[in-house]
Amino acid sequence: MDVFTFAIERRLADNSGFPESRFEEAMSLSNEQVTEIAHLARLQVDQADLPEYARNLSDILSFVDAMNAMETDSVEPLAHPLEMPQRLREDAVTEENQREQFQAVAPQVEAGLYLVPRVIE
Amino acid sequence: MSETSKTVAELAAGLKAGEYSSEELTRDRLARIRGAGAELNAFVTVTDEQALAAARAADQRRQAGGAGPLTGVPMAHKDIFCTRGVRTSCGSRMLDNFEAPYDAHVVERFNDAGLVCLGKTNMDEFAMGSSNETSFYGPVKNPWDTAAVPGGSSGGSAAAVAAGLVPAATGTDTGGSIRQPAALCGITGLKPTYGRVSRYGMIAFASSLDQGGPMARTAEDCALLLEGMAGFDARDSTSVESPVPRYSEALNGDLTGLKVGLPKEYFGEGLDGDVARVIDEAIAEYRKLGVEFREISLANTELAVPAYYVIAPAECSSNLSRFDGVRFGYRCDAPQDLEDLYKRSRGEGFGPEVKRRIMVGTYALSAGYFDAYYLKAQKMRRLIKDDFMSAFDEVDLILGPTSPTVAFNIGERADDPVKMYLSDIYTIAVNLAGLPGISVPAGFSAGRPVGLQLIGNYFDEGRLLNAAHRYQQVTDWHTRAPEAFA
Repeated sequence: MDVFTFAIERRLADNSGFPESRFEEAMSLSNEQVTEIAHLARLQVDQADLPEYARNLSDILSFVDAMNAMETDSVEPLAHPLEMPQRLREDAVTEENQREQFQAVAPQVEAGLYLVPRVIE
Repeated sequence: MSETSKTVAELAAGLKAGEYSSEELTRDRLARIRGAGAELNAFVTVTDEQALAAARAADQRRQAGGAGPLTGVPMAHKDIFCTRGVRTSCGSRMLDNFEAPYDAHVVERFNDAGLVCLGKTNMDEFAMGSSNETSFYGPVKNPWDTAAVPGGSSGGSAAAVAAGLVPAATGTDTGGSIRQPAALCGITGLKPTYGRVSRYGMIAFASSLDQGGPMARTAEDCALLLEGMAGFDARDSTSVESPVPRYSEALNGDLTGLKVGLPKEYFGEGLDGDVARVIDEAIAEYRKLGVEFREISLANTELAVPAYYVIAPAECSSNLSRFDGVRFGYRCDAPQDLEDLYKRSRGEGFGPEVKRRIMVGTYALSAGYFDAYYLKAQKMRRLIKDDFMSAFDEVDLILGPTSPTVAFNIGERADDPVKMYLSDIYTIAVNLAGLPGISVPAGFSAGRPVGLQLIGNYFDEGRLLNAAHRYQQVTDWHTRAPEAFA
């Protein structure tokens, strides 16, 4: 298994066209950066777990940086494997109201409304 | 009926001949799930009452002359498929209390066909894992060796079929999650072409990669099940409008002159020597069947895993933003304000691997990084697809190992995400290209099963199943059952 990692690391080392600054950043995320990413993702992460997340995320980002060994300027990105256009339908009402059924699984509802902590004082 | 290794086709024949009723069969398999099977932790939820009601309905349907080919056959759904009125957990604390208000398309189709669902199988949390160790409900054990992982993410389904708890189960495959556990548990698992099976009601992980498919003992069973699962569904915007072939009628086609490619990148360093030997033996069997082999190159194989670990986390971070503690799923106690509600519900509801992937995806999609990560990965995706298309100009199918090693031990790779990700090196490119692939039992290494992978061109499931079936006519690996569960 390790030979794959090794091969990818070797490719990274050989790669001269790599944007150095971002590479450095990606190689090791700080605890502060992890905190910021977790905030963007609205995830509570315990302070004590930050170093491990920072290490894991840095490893993953270093690993995916292997992609940069390949020159892709002239390559068209592929979003859908079959490259099918999005299917359209008539703009007609097809769903019936199932509010009660859907709200039956909600943590907290009242009078057909989802309840959350007060947002506006 | 004590022969628990019976296939879907055999059980369907037994039901048709009146050798046993669906209710008898269902009771027998439920007892097995509760008995010998319990230690595997293959099920999150066992639905005794619903199963027995469905079995009785199947028996009545048969008496009334309305039975279909699979009516009354027991099976299980991976706990990623929404089932009305039954908990659908997706292996997560987030959905531990979630009862879906509707059935997934695949669940509807199997209910209509009269299949009897015995319960929901364990899985990696939100299908993110290759070992079933990320499940909130604990790891599944491999029936061949309970110290080993069953693979993932459809590990509960694979273990349940391998141990004869059910003859078949559904799985989903985003990066190998049907084929890799099928290989590690010694069963047959098919990942169909993207768009072949509706994703409606299948909890989304990475929407441009996710695809549901069958897991069973034989290619014949997978053909029968795929006929029941596949087909157009307007509720999935990527569902393909093309007729579903009768896969089960095309299983016996002659393989003479079939051209099969051996990608040199799938046989290089990193492949376990014993696994390589087993695959060589399978190639020899295929030669006897008249198959012609030639070496091909899938040059970007090595970069498929990095590209996948951008695309899949990016799409997961978007898909999993729906879990907000407001409309369904887990909500934290006593939130201070709305942001606290979101953050703690998600922080407490998701496990570490899901959080890692959400954060990787969030980072890759964040301002300033989109081009460097997501766009770059989509370009890699094009190159990977082009490799396959060039190969299919020359060959009809591609053959190689499903996984570089046999099942590893529980805990062995749990604390090194990147090492775990490399378990999927031979399966991931197939998802990026949206192609169909199947894993077939091909032998053993140190008592643990080895899987052979066949990859086909778009919508060529028929040829994959044909090639897998013919191999199973001349080998008996798919009939082996682990001693402890025989």
